[in-house]
Amino acid sequence: MKPTQLLITLLVAALMLLLLGVLVGSTGFESGMLTAPDPAQQQILWDIRLPRSLGAWLAGALLGLAGAVAQGLFRNPLADPYLLGPSAGAGLGVAFALVALGLSPAAAAFSLKLGLTGAAFIGAMAAMMLTLVLARGVEQTLRLLLAGVIVGVVLGSGTTLLMLMKPDIMRAMQVFMLGTTGFLSWQSAELLGPVLLLTLLTAMGASRALDALTLGEATAHSLGVRLGLVRVTLIAVLALATGTAVAQTGLVAFVGLVAPHLVRSNCHGRHNALLLLSALTGGALLLAADILARGLIAPQELPVGVLTSLLGGGYLLMLMHRRRTGGSA
Amino acid sequence: MSPHAAPAEAPAAPVFDIALQQVQLQGHTILHAIQTRLPRGGWTAIVGPNGAGKSTLLRALAGLLPVQGRIQLLGQDLRHWTPKARAQALAWLGQNEAGTDTLRAAEVVMLGRLPHQAWLAPPSPQDHEAVRQAMLDTQCWDWRERPLNQLSGGERQRVLLARALATRADVLLLDEPLAHLDPPHQLDWLQLVRGLAQRGCTVISVLHELNVALQADRLLVMRAGRVAHLGACDAPDTHQALQQAFEQRLHLASVQGQWLCLPFALDSLESKK
Repeated sequence: MKPTQLLITLLVAALMLLLLGVLVGSTGFESGMLTAPDPAQQQILWDIRLPRSLGAWLAGALLGLAGAVAQGLFRNPLADPYLLGPSAGAGLGVAFALVALGLSPAAAAFSLKLGLTGAAFIGAMAAMMLTLVLARGVEQTLRLLLAGVIVGVVLGSGTTLLMLMKPDIMRAMQVFMLGTTGFLSWQSAELLGPVLLLTLLTAMGASRALDALTLGEATAHSLGVRLGLVRVTLIAVLALATGTAVAQTGLVAFVGLVAPHLVRSNCHGRHNALLLLSALTGGALLLAADILARGLIAPQELPVGVLTSLLGGGYLLMLMHRRRTGGSA
Repeated sequence: MSPHAAPAEAPAAPVFDIALQQVQLQGHTILHAIQTRLPRGGWTAIVGPNGAGKSTLLRALAGLLPVQGRIQLLGQDLRHWTPKARAQALAWLGQNEAGTDTLRAAEVVMLGRLPHQAWLAPPSPQDHEAVRQAMLDTQCWDWRERPLNQLSGGERQRVLLARALATRADVLLLDEPLAHLDPPHQLDWLQLVRGLAQRGCTVISVLHELNVALQADRLLVMRAGRVAHLGACDAPDTHQALQQAFEQRLHLASVQGQWLCLPFALDSLESKK
C-alpha cells in the first residue's frame, strides 16, 4: 500500500470511528441520537461522548507517535513508551501531583489538567533518562528493554504506594492507572490537540535524522547528523507525547508498540510518513478500543487499558508465531 | 569543495595527517602511537591480520571515535570541521551497516545527499541526479523501488556503496566494501574505484581480500594497532612488511605483471607437477 492510500484510509477511519464513538453509549448503539431533540441527550452527545471520542483519538495518536519516535530513535522495534518506562514515570508524576493536591483524576479544570500534564512530562522524562542510564546507552536491545521493565516496575510500585497513602482517591486512581478514557473532557481535548500538533511537527522535523539512523549511529554521524541534538529533541518529544497522553488517560499499554508495526507491515517509506501514519493508526486503535470498551458489556464499561493490553498482547503473540514460522514482522 | 574536480596528480598537502597517541575502545587500547601522512588522490588499501585495528583506524579517520592525539583532514583538525562540512568532504561506509527498516533502495541512497540538503528542503534536481548516477555506477538502479531489507547481501552492499558515492565527497573511506560481492561485481568495483581515483578522489579502503588490495596504488600495512608500513603496492619493502605482518605465512608472486598473494609458494606447485 502507498503511504497516501494508507493516509486516506486512516483519515476516513478516524471520521467513521468518531461518528461511531458519538453514537455508542451505555445503552448500546443509538443511531437516533444525532437528530434527537431532547436537550439532555444533546448534552450527552456534545459534552460527554464527542470530547471523549476525540480525546481518545488524540491520546492514541500521541501514543502511536511516541512509539514511532522511540522505535526510530533507539533503532529497536520493541521500543515503546510503556515498555521503556516513560509511561510509568508519567503515571508516578500524575500520582504525585494528585496526592500533593489531594484531587481526583476526574477533576475537570483546565489548569489542573495542565498541571497534571506537566507533572507527567517531568516523570516521563526522568524515567526515560533513568532507563537510558541503566541500559548504558541504546546499543544493546536486550539491556534497554530490561532497564525499561525495571524502571516501569519500580516506578509503578511507587505509584501504588502513593495511592495507598490517600485512600480517598484510591478507587479513581486505580481505574486511571489501568488506563481509561472515562475522564476525558473538552479540556483534555484542548490540551491533547495542540500537544499532538507540536510533537508531531517537531518529530517530523527530525525525520531525516531518523531515516539516517536506520543505517546505524556511526553512519548517521558520518552524514553530518547532530546526534546529540536529535536525541535530546526526540526524547523530549517522546516524554511530552507520553506524559500528555498518560495525564489524560492513564497507563494505556501497547498502542505505542503496535501502531508503528501496523504501519510498517502495510507500507514502506521514510520516517516523515511513518511518524504521521503511526499517529493516525494510534488514534484509530485507541478510539476503536474505547468504543469496544463502552459497548462490549454495556451498560457496564471496561477500562480501555485492559482492552488494549489484551489486544496488544495478542498482537505480540501473533508476531512471535509469525517469526517462528519463518514469516517476517 | 567541488567533487571529482581535483587533478589526478597528487598535490603536496596530504589528505590525512595523523599523529595519534592512542585510541581506546571500552577501556582497551586498540591503536597505539601512529604517525603517518596519507597522500591526496589515489587509492590506499589498509591491510593487516585480524584485530590489527584497520576498521578502528578508518573510523578514527572518519571522525567517529574520540582519539588521543590529532588527525588533520585537508590541513584542518578533524574536530574543528562542522559536521556538515566534514560530511560533504568525507564519505564513510561501515561494515555491516544496519538497515532493518523499510526504506527503499533509492531512499537509502538519497541519505547520501543529506550533507548537501538544507533542513526540511526537498531534494534538488542535483540530488536526484547524484542518486541516479551513483546507483547506475554500482548497478543497482533497477531495484531502486525495492525495500532494503528485501535485498540479498550483495545487492544491499551495492546500494550502500551507492549511498557513499552519492555524497560526491572527495574522500571516500570504505570498510570492507567488497563484502558479499561476487567476483564480477568485485571487478566492477575495482573499475569504479580506479575511475574515482583518476578523477582526483582519495579512496581509502579496508580490505581483507589481499589480492584485491594489491591492485591499489598504495598499501597501508597494520599490525597490532600500529602502522607497520605505507608504500606502493609493487615495492619490495611493502611486500616484506606484508609478509612480516602475516608472520611469513603468505607468499607473493607476480603473474603477468600483477602481484598476487597466495597461501603457498608458486614453486611448491611446480614441484608437485
